[in-house]
Amino acid sequence: MSYKIAIASGKGGTGKTTVSVNLFKYLSEKYKKNVFLTDCDVEEPNCLIFFNDAVLLNESTATKLVPSIEKEKCTYCGKCAEWCEFNAISIIKKARFTEVNATLCHSCGACSVACNFDAITEHSDPIGKISRYESGFGCELMVGRLNIGSTMQTMMIEKTKENIPENHKVLLFDSPPGTSCPVVETISDADYVVLVTEPTPFGFHDLKLMIDLVTEMQLPFGIVINKAGLGNNEVYKFIDDNNFELLGEIPFSKEYASLYSTGNILKNIPLEIDLLFRQITERLIKKIEKDEGNHHTER
Amino acid sequence: MKIVITSKGNTPDSIMDSRFGRAQWFCLYNTETGKTSFHQNPNIEAMGGAGTKTAELMVELEAERIISGHFGPKAKSLLEKFNIQLIEVDIEEPIQGVIDKLDQTIPFQA
Repeated sequence: MSYKIAIASGKGGTGKTTVSVNLFKYLSEKYKKNVFLTDCDVEEPNCLIFFNDAVLLNESTATKLVPSIEKEKCTYCGKCAEWCEFNAISIIKKARFTEVNATLCHSCGACSVACNFDAITEHSDPIGKISRYESGFGCELMVGRLNIGSTMQTMMIEKTKENIPENHKVLLFDSPPGTSCPVVETISDADYVVLVTEPTPFGFHDLKLMIDLVTEMQLPFGIVINKAGLGNNEVYKFIDDNNFELLGEIPFSKEYASLYSTGNILKNIPLEIDLLFRQITERLIKKIEKDEGNHHTER
Repeated sequence: MKIVITSKGNTPDSIMDSRFGRAQWFCLYNTETGKTSFHQNPNIEAMGGAGTKTAELMVELEAERIISGHFGPKAKSLLEKFNIQLIEVDIEEPIQGVIDKLDQTIPFQA
């Protein structure tokens, strides 16, 4: 069974992906091909841009079930539309008109149950693509990409995670920002959550939301402060006062930011940053090793 | 011709509502009889799909032309299926003012 680490933040732009791709690389030094990264930020996945030599291995389409209404059987009673929580079904009796809006449909199946006339059948409708790559340094990563216009982020993340190959020692999940359903889906089965924050009021505010969430979900977590040197000291005091685990700090550096902007954060890593990521990785390895044979059941 | 104007209130001096799917009220104006009636929008609080639900209501009201500030893509595609003419205007004017303008222009369009 794999040890699953989710990287989340609340606020966007704190450095989830930076931390994710670095942990991917540094953990692979110990676990070789046994580390697998999944980009769960399906609305705007960006892990792949840091792997210039990545090779596509496999691609599949994720689908959801969407109702079709058989005109011959439909009585235009409108019960299916009434039951639909997402307003995905239009029935206009006057005009003998029926239409299903696939992008609004959440695939809950309520309409099929509602219909007394057997007029509803379900068909598969694509919501996105799941692609698996060889990273260029031996390890594999997977990217879920939600179709533009689709509102099915959470289902897309679920389908992407279902496709993760078995038998990896460590699974990394790069989470979307926020604290709502897509994030809950991403971290739900994690053994450990790395919360990436920045020492700004906004970063701090969202870190507290994220801590509320992981506490509610009873997930162990540690904090990485990125862009250290910016903002103020509130987050440090908060971590101290609550005895939370600080996994490491990455300084705010223009040099590092410009490496990021060229997509080269995994090449020519500045020595200082290299040491910091090694330190964070070491702390995680201890957790991974300690956890061996002591897995909680799937949530 | 039956024309719907999206409205912020239920009187002719109410200002036009620039939203379609989540407009507060709809003023249905019958150019033949000169009569107006106001209909409250039941879809204001819809979680999603307010546009399509409101478009269905327009078909039920037998609107042939709708005047609003903006129509979303899903509402637009449904309304177009029923050949309802959509007019987007960027004005802050009372409903009566819009009706007066319609009365001035309609004879020339016949």
